[in-house]
Amino acid sequence: MAAARDIAEPKGRMAGAAGAIPRHHYAAFAVMVALLLVAPLFVYPIFLMKVLCFALFASAFNLLIGYVGLVSFGHAAFFGGAAYITGHTAKVWGFPPELAILAGTAAAALLGLGFGLLAIRRQGIYFAMITLALAQMIFFVSLQAPFTGGEDGIQAVPRGVMFGFLDLGDIETLYFVVLAIFLGGFLLIYRIIHSPFGHVLRAIRENEPRAVSLGYKVDHYKLLAFVLSAALAGLAGGTKTIVFQLASLTDVHWTMSGEVILMTLLGGLGTVFGPAVGALVLVSLQNYLAQIGSWVTVVQGTIFVICVLTFRRGIIGELGRLLKRSL
Amino acid sequence: MFELLGIPPQALFGQIMLGLINGAFYAMLSLGLAVIFGLLNIINFAHGALYMVGAFTAWFLLQYLGIGYWGALLLAPILVGAFGVVIERTMLRHLYKLDHLYGLLLTFGLALVIQGLFQNKFGSSGQPYAIPSVLQGGQNLGFMFFPNYRAWVVVASLGMCLATWYVIERTKLGSYLRAATENPTLVQAFGINVPRMIMLTYGFGVGLAAFAGVLAAPIYQVSPLMGADLIIVVFAVVVIGGMGSILGSIITGFTLGIVEGLTKVFYPEASNIVIFVIMAIVLLLKPAGLFGRTA
Repeated sequence: MAAARDIAEPKGRMAGAAGAIPRHHYAAFAVMVALLLVAPLFVYPIFLMKVLCFALFASAFNLLIGYVGLVSFGHAAFFGGAAYITGHTAKVWGFPPELAILAGTAAAALLGLGFGLLAIRRQGIYFAMITLALAQMIFFVSLQAPFTGGEDGIQAVPRGVMFGFLDLGDIETLYFVVLAIFLGGFLLIYRIIHSPFGHVLRAIRENEPRAVSLGYKVDHYKLLAFVLSAALAGLAGGTKTIVFQLASLTDVHWTMSGEVILMTLLGGLGTVFGPAVGALVLVSLQNYLAQIGSWVTVVQGTIFVICVLTFRRGIIGELGRLLKRSL
Repeated sequence: MFELLGIPPQALFGQIMLGLINGAFYAMLSLGLAVIFGLLNIINFAHGALYMVGAFTAWFLLQYLGIGYWGALLLAPILVGAFGVVIERTMLRHLYKLDHLYGLLLTFGLALVIQGLFQNKFGSSGQPYAIPSVLQGGQNLGFMFFPNYRAWVVVASLGMCLATWYVIERTKLGSYLRAATENPTLVQAFGINVPRMIMLTYGFGVGLAAFAGVLAAPIYQVSPLMGADLIIVVFAVVVIGGMGSILGSIITGFTLGIVEGLTKVFYPEASNIVIFVIMAIVLLLKPAGLFGRTA
């Protein structure tokens, strides 16, 4: 897709040759980790964990939109689907949290495989519509399936004890576990986009026919990227269930797919740190605007419109342009 | 009293009729999407929201100006179409040189804004809108009761769809439109004002959504979210039919409506998802869609 090209990275600074990690990424990453380590001293930890879950979700989504140029309008299905599976396995089957989250992630990966196989058969605008329609199907299944609790969702999911010694009932422990999951996912995504595989993905984004003519099995690359993105979105969704002890219809609704797109767009499509920043901004906004009820939708829609019309690089994209670095 | 496959005929024909009505809305909305996509290369995510605005416009016209159904059927599409023209002039036209994705994101944002504003004003509850007096009552067909208004909806939407098909496929104006879809630069070189044509096309497509909204007002309650879920089903309809053919979208729309109605009779649990399942099957067997050309 041509669009992502203009906004993804400032020209002449394409993240270096394969494997070479630019020094300013180390610096930015160190700053991020330092901030996240001290943040719970100043900010309500549950809020921070919400930000971290959505930051991971948006980063996973960005893997697809920012680096392959595929617009999925159905990522809520992976996030919410994993949330339900994690909730069910932890509550009903008594899985410990690590296994419950893993089960959610695996379910999201499987779902991603199914979605991906169907959706990559069409391109461009159809891809978005197909993923949206399939996700809506998952929404209706979640509404009707016996184990999801319908309108109530799965409530009071036990946080449990991770690996047999990390009691997640303790908020501090929970925070650092969530932080570790976020950083693990973030680094994995970083590794993927800077691997030879990630470079092929970018080649597909820039010029798909060319990538085909170079002998790459483009569909395989797209599908793998889609499954990875879905699995990581599932990891975020499963973790969210453990944090909030709740999996509900909100997680699978199309508005959730819209929110993750907005986070990524606001932070910067195709930037490494953008989606996390976008998640921070949007989750904070939702917290502040919670009192004004349904105006939140209007505000989100307005941000969408402004971003698309005048701010297509997003926060980190613009910052990167000012600093002449790809962030 | 005879039965078909263990289903009483009233239930069967009743659901087929409901399906036909739903199909009429699928057809009109997917037609509007296809017309807009053809020229603008944008999928109008705000289509469902503008359909809702059409229904609310009819309600406003009655409530505040005393203009009844028939006036609204004419005025609401014009008003909403004009609103569409404003959207096109002020926002969409800045995006034509960019990727399709931005048109989708922009119209998605607009849909959120529009729906949010109406939700703030009206909550999620519906406003009733009466069936016009001429069309009240119904016909007893012997095997079922067919309300006049529902018959009118089917006739009106079929008429509107066929008129659109005729204009695009059989008139001079339509030939310009088709030519501009293929190659806008060349058509512009022949002295035709393509930007204005694009603007009016968007206005028309949106007006079509508003027309559907007014038709829907007496059947469904006029509520802020009436278009939100509908538009996703319409997307699936568009994927199934493919956007290459006008008649294709009309046929697909009506057929899927009826299939959905039949599912409600035979396996009600699946009625919400049957169209999405059909979409998946069509993607497996015929990826370009039933009437589509490969992109």
